[in-house]
Amino acid sequence: MPKDTGIGAPTKRREDIRFLTGKGRYSDDIKTYGQAAAVFARSTVANGIIKSIDTSAAEGMPGVLAVFTGEDFVEVGGNPAGWLINSRDGEPMKEPKRPVLAHGKVRHVGDAYAAVIAETEAEARDAAEAIEIDIEELPAVVDMKQALSGTTYVHDEIGTNQCFDWGWIEDNRAATDEAIKGAHHVTTLELVNNRLVPNAMEPRCSIGEYRAANDEYTLHTTSQNPHLTRLLISAFVMGIPENKLTVIAPDVGGGFGSKIYHYGEEALVLAASKRIGRPVKWTSDRNEAFLTDAHGRDHVTKIELAMDADGKFLAFRTETHANVGAYLSNFATATPTFLHGTLMAGNYTVPNVYVNVKAVFTNTAPVDAYRGAGRPEATYSLERVIDKAAREIGMDPIELRRKNFIQPDQYPYASAAGLEYDSGNYDALMDQMEKVADKAGFAARRKESEAKGLWRGFGVNAYIEACGIAPSNLVGQLGSRVGLYDAATVRVNATGNLSVMVGAHSHGQGHETAFPQIVGDMLGIDPATIDIVHGDTSKIPFGMGTYGSRSLAVCGSAIVRATEKVIDKAKKIAAHMMESAPEDIELKDGNFTVAGTDKSVSFGEVALKAYIPHDFPLENIEPGLEETAFYDPANFTYPSGAYCCEVEVDPKTGKVRVDRMTAVDDFGNVINPMIVTGQVHGGLGQGIGQALLENTTYDENGQLLTASYMDYAMPRADDLPFYTVDHSQGTPCTHNPLGVKGCGEAGAIGSPPTVVNAVIDAIQSGGVNVTHIDMPVSPHRVWDAIQNA
Amino acid sequence: MTKISMKINGKPVTKEVEGRTLLVTFLREDQHLTGTHIGCDTSQCGACTVHVDGKQVKACSMFAIEADGAEVGTIEGQANADGSLNRIQQAFQDHHGLQCGFCTPGMVMAAASLLEANPSPTEADVRSHLQGNICRCTGYHNIVKAIMAASGQDVSAIAAE
Repeated sequence: MPKDTGIGAPTKRREDIRFLTGKGRYSDDIKTYGQAAAVFARSTVANGIIKSIDTSAAEGMPGVLAVFTGEDFVEVGGNPAGWLINSRDGEPMKEPKRPVLAHGKVRHVGDAYAAVIAETEAEARDAAEAIEIDIEELPAVVDMKQALSGTTYVHDEIGTNQCFDWGWIEDNRAATDEAIKGAHHVTTLELVNNRLVPNAMEPRCSIGEYRAANDEYTLHTTSQNPHLTRLLISAFVMGIPENKLTVIAPDVGGGFGSKIYHYGEEALVLAASKRIGRPVKWTSDRNEAFLTDAHGRDHVTKIELAMDADGKFLAFRTETHANVGAYLSNFATATPTFLHGTLMAGNYTVPNVYVNVKAVFTNTAPVDAYRGAGRPEATYSLERVIDKAAREIGMDPIELRRKNFIQPDQYPYASAAGLEYDSGNYDALMDQMEKVADKAGFAARRKESEAKGLWRGFGVNAYIEACGIAPSNLVGQLGSRVGLYDAATVRVNATGNLSVMVGAHSHGQGHETAFPQIVGDMLGIDPATIDIVHGDTSKIPFGMGTYGSRSLAVCGSAIVRATEKVIDKAKKIAAHMMESAPEDIELKDGNFTVAGTDKSVSFGEVALKAYIPHDFPLENIEPGLEETAFYDPANFTYPSGAYCCEVEVDPKTGKVRVDRMTAVDDFGNVINPMIVTGQVHGGLGQGIGQALLENTTYDENGQLLTASYMDYAMPRADDLPFYTVDHSQGTPCTHNPLGVKGCGEAGAIGSPPTVVNAVIDAIQSGGVNVTHIDMPVSPHRVWDAIQNA
Repeated sequence: MTKISMKINGKPVTKEVEGRTLLVTFLREDQHLTGTHIGCDTSQCGACTVHVDGKQVKACSMFAIEADGAEVGTIEGQANADGSLNRIQQAFQDHHGLQCGFCTPGMVMAAASLLEANPSPTEADVRSHLQGNICRCTGYHNIVKAIMAASGQDVSAIAAE
């Protein structure tokens, strides 16, 4: 059993106290002396040429301090894409500039072309409405396939709407084609991975503050990765030296990917603060969030699965159109490629995989990573086509998966999609899923449902994902323009308590509680004496932030490395104090002991000594006790899982109700099982939302029809069931010091195909031959499918 | 400008406000009670849920002048007199009923209204009552569990740590 506060303990979260008492400090809660408000004027058309902008009326309105247009930012850089993708023919991707404010052209509804700074938000809003813009509206590019065949371009200067045409792995193409041609059975499925809006409950907010006396800027902003935001602003967008720009992400109310990226509003408030000499705040409203936050998913895919006569997989081949929207968001090009194509071998010993992805510009909001980022798309395609194949060849869908699983003795396993999986045990996960979900009782439950006139279905899924994106030398070869490591500083204060500065950012993940569990465990001290410092570039050495389920696997490993260095140094000090040799010192339960003796000093005594080094041999030991580590992983981590879901379908209305949802995940070792379970719950909620409720709809003119909570179906409490979550079957990651894999996205990756598979199973049980329904599997779509079968 | 008076968390307040000032704006900008959050602009998300004369209200759906003379309760007034968490807040911590914390004040306020009207709600009662409060982090599992636990019901049979 774990100690009640160390690694493995379900420690209650310390951050909860401030959130539960209304004392959190989110960006919009910050109000500084002289703070002015920014409001943006945004395009109401999807595609158009800006003929003129007249700001004179707005400038004369009460309270107005400044008005900006795209003209003010033509001299600064653009917001870059973080990952270079080369097309199959070797040509680099098209990278149109993404300006701070639209200039010359607007490219999606919500594209900001001007901003008003005023004394109050109400005055700024009034003035923004008084800006006169003359736009020559052009036809909107909305549908991806039409975008590729048409002659209206989102970016005229590149003369195409195709960003890239990527093949993975191009050298495998011919062999894959050959395997499919000669296969005993080929199952084909065309599907849509529906476009989603991340919808963190806290809208984005940024406060820029320029201090002329020091030529310094501070940006408070809703970010998952303040250092990355600083880097982008400094190196690409505004040229502010990094040492003159502090980026602070205080409490952040959820991110789910949407707050990874740098957005133009952040640059605007900095520039505005410099111009008016006062702090400037912008807070997004929800409608703006729908129009301008980076969206997620939006793939249209054709997948083929080739099998031999025994049901052994021979090949997967996919063709995907991936919408990147009007501008390239920072990771928009990595998401449909290296976070998607590399996972297209799934959990299976399939020898041939070929993935083709065409990324397409459209007059819609930018699309980028949203919880799961590419891996939900891969899993959905694979696990839907496998289910369809099982039905076609008359094999149980679990048996078909088991027949093709990579076996525990095959690790490390080189997948046909180019990754090396380090660990896993997919049959054990499936066994556990069948047990905790009471699969044996399904038949009886189905009868009960049938007695009520409802069709009950059982859907399964096996997923693998890649987390903690790494290592830097590999991602660099694959086109990443950033390194993917993380950093931590462990500072032991003189009085024995600790401040741990981390590059990861917590916006719901509970780092303030979980990270001290690690350090406390290693040092043998009470985690309550350890505080986590995050989200402030002036306090933390560096960090790549929190996304891709990386915080624990990457930053947690940096914390371990830094703590190891602290222990090494503390042992030197303890040895000096006890006139012994460092190699003879043992650390146990917070005490340093000379091995084999009863001589001992406490951690606190060593800490104090480190800062009062009256008798230190300074040539051997520096004063102080503080260490920093940068950790660059050797590989991705590979969480995996087996999920199942039972739904009831009402054939009279098409209504689907999720009755039972079970997630059995292999996250490797678990630091705080309470937090891990909560992460899975949240992912399941979002995944079920994608499967049944959520959809982002643009009309043919590029107008967003789902731009509020009245129109976009967010999952609510009565849409979702209690979940069964199990992580008892962990196989530790083999290459990081904690043996951890990452749990933040799993629920959202594993659940959508599970739900859809269950719906198809339910409908089939009613004797109706429906083989696929696109998400969201709404009552209307289900009813239509039943009627048209 | 209109002069209004109300009690907020038991404390009398008198202020001049613009007619268009929403109650939520008054609480946040004028009273510096930033625990009441703004998560949408269509009175859907429930992050601004407060109590007005004992009723559960979305503070973005009424003007400050409409609360003239009212008793207003916000998340800042929910803890026990000694500053410790009240039973609902404590249950949210015990059962990990919050993650990013942004929807949490609204959830706690909604839960308080539910438990006052229905001291022993079923799972369906809780889920139904929370229809107007959106959470994106938790999938609702632990929120529902926490509220049932706060009502004194045994929730040990509901899955998870």
